[in-house]
Amino acid sequence: MRDKMPADSVGLVEPEKLHIDRPLHLECDQVLPSHDLVYETYGTLNEDRSNAVLICHALSGNHHAAGYYSTEDKRAGWWENCIGPGKPIDTNRFFVVSPNNLGGCHGSSGPPTVNPDTGHPWGPDFPMVTVKDWVQSQAMLADELGIEQWAAVVGGSLGGMQAMQWAIDCPDRLRHAVVIAGAPKLSAQNIAFNEVARQAILNDPNFHGGHYYLYDTLPRQGLILARMVGHITYLSDDAMHSKFGRDLRSGRFQYGFDVEFQVESYLRYQGEAFSRNFDANTYLLMTKALDYFDPAREFADSLDDALAQTRCGFFVGSFTSDWRFPPDRSKEIVNSLVSVGRDVSYAEIDTSKGHDAFLLNIEQYRRLFGAYMQRVAAEAGV
Amino acid sequence: MTPRQELTIISDWIPQGSTVLDLGCGDGALLAHLEKRGVRGYGLEIDEDNLAHCFRSGLNVIKQDIDEGLDNITTQRFDFVLMTQALQAVHRPDQVLTDMLRAGREAVVTFPNFGHWRVRAYLALVGRMPLSENLPYQWYDTPNIHMCTVRDFELFCQENDVTITERIIMNRHHKSGWLARLFPNVFGETAIYRVTR
Repeated sequence: MRDKMPADSVGLVEPEKLHIDRPLHLECDQVLPSHDLVYETYGTLNEDRSNAVLICHALSGNHHAAGYYSTEDKRAGWWENCIGPGKPIDTNRFFVVSPNNLGGCHGSSGPPTVNPDTGHPWGPDFPMVTVKDWVQSQAMLADELGIEQWAAVVGGSLGGMQAMQWAIDCPDRLRHAVVIAGAPKLSAQNIAFNEVARQAILNDPNFHGGHYYLYDTLPRQGLILARMVGHITYLSDDAMHSKFGRDLRSGRFQYGFDVEFQVESYLRYQGEAFSRNFDANTYLLMTKALDYFDPAREFADSLDDALAQTRCGFFVGSFTSDWRFPPDRSKEIVNSLVSVGRDVSYAEIDTSKGHDAFLLNIEQYRRLFGAYMQRVAAEAGV
Repeated sequence: MTPRQELTIISDWIPQGSTVLDLGCGDGALLAHLEKRGVRGYGLEIDEDNLAHCFRSGLNVIKQDIDEGLDNITTQRFDFVLMTQALQAVHRPDQVLTDMLRAGREAVVTFPNFGHWRVRAYLALVGRMPLSENLPYQWYDTPNIHMCTVRDFELFCQENDVTITERIIMNRHHKSGWLARLFPNVFGETAIYRVTR
């Protein structure tokens, strides 16, 4: 138990749930008559409502981006390194809104929640959602909260893609888009890794075509495998080497298939922990949303034309050792923004930590991201 | 650091509404100066302190190493490509200049003139690599790896079909005195060139 919260933490937080009673027309042509969004907020909305920042989460994220749920809580929210008093997203200045995306598994409408039409969990019948759909649903949340224009929409990885889509779809509703460790679309290799993850889940004997809730079971092995393969792509070769090397748990070869190398133990642990609090159907949906993301597609495959729709300022950030979405992918976004004359700042952070770096406490990252957010705050008058 | 006079001279050449790219933009002084005059540009920079300063100031600055080329900038994207006090610090000044005139219709470069009489005298009398206010580094730690003189630069332009449209040579007080005008390669300490193809 902790006596006190760290001074640079938002401290105790509580999620809220909003029922949005407006139809949402999804890209897959289905309509959700209404939906729930769970979200957290940190900081205070100022009088002219100019200091609101939207946080978009990545593949396995949720609305719990910062703070703690209780004094016994050992783990803070997933972006505790960047959100809090005096941190890059400074809650002394900004009002931060962090929702769980539609199709998620932490309280927002999604596969594990009950379909009001049937009284059973949606499961595999929950409609396929895309990044564009998320932007629409987040815009409805903004309407409900009375936020006409975000000071910034911020995200890393899949979250950064949502920030980009916001800038394209709702150009007047944000002053800045912060796109960290993102890409303008997935590569064939990216999709390939996602497909391996999906096949692991779909082929788990406990998957039951996605209706595992009815069988009182979970496709845990599939989800564990999916997370293991995903996790490899989040770390760099160097990061894995310095963390585990070829270290053996027992110091000698066992000549068997049990866990021997430390890296095996780590991956299994990560997979198991993840499988306990993430839903397999949601994982399938999120990976598809990633695969489908390609804002240029609507503009005859011209990223320039897609980004010409935007009117906000951009901060684009990448990490040198990220091989999932390497700096070159971020530079594609930057180059297009320059070619269409939009405001953009670009930082390439030197680190060996791989894609995961966007979640970590890296001095250069915090400094440059923080510098840009100071400008955002100054423009918001806070 | 770009001296004030240099900023004024350069921004006088750049009409309102022009598109500008500043290579090695440092703390963004030139970009900020141009912005006050209605020119919104982009800067390339690699130093972390400078990047943080520019981000905070609301300037468009991109982390990019000029030595790795400007291939990502579309041809003739900018009206002006600028580079102040950095020509002598890049790996291949010739390639950078070529890149500048591909990415932009015009280019402005400034550099310290290695032909200045003090530099010549230092080398001749002391017999060591020249040190001055303008050139404060030792031979082994200097970022200035390709020093040139006013004459070198003009010959280079001649040989590479680069047209010099304006030239201002300043003395050590950052003024364009009559001696510097008459004998630029001897009395000029800083050279400012406006060039095009």
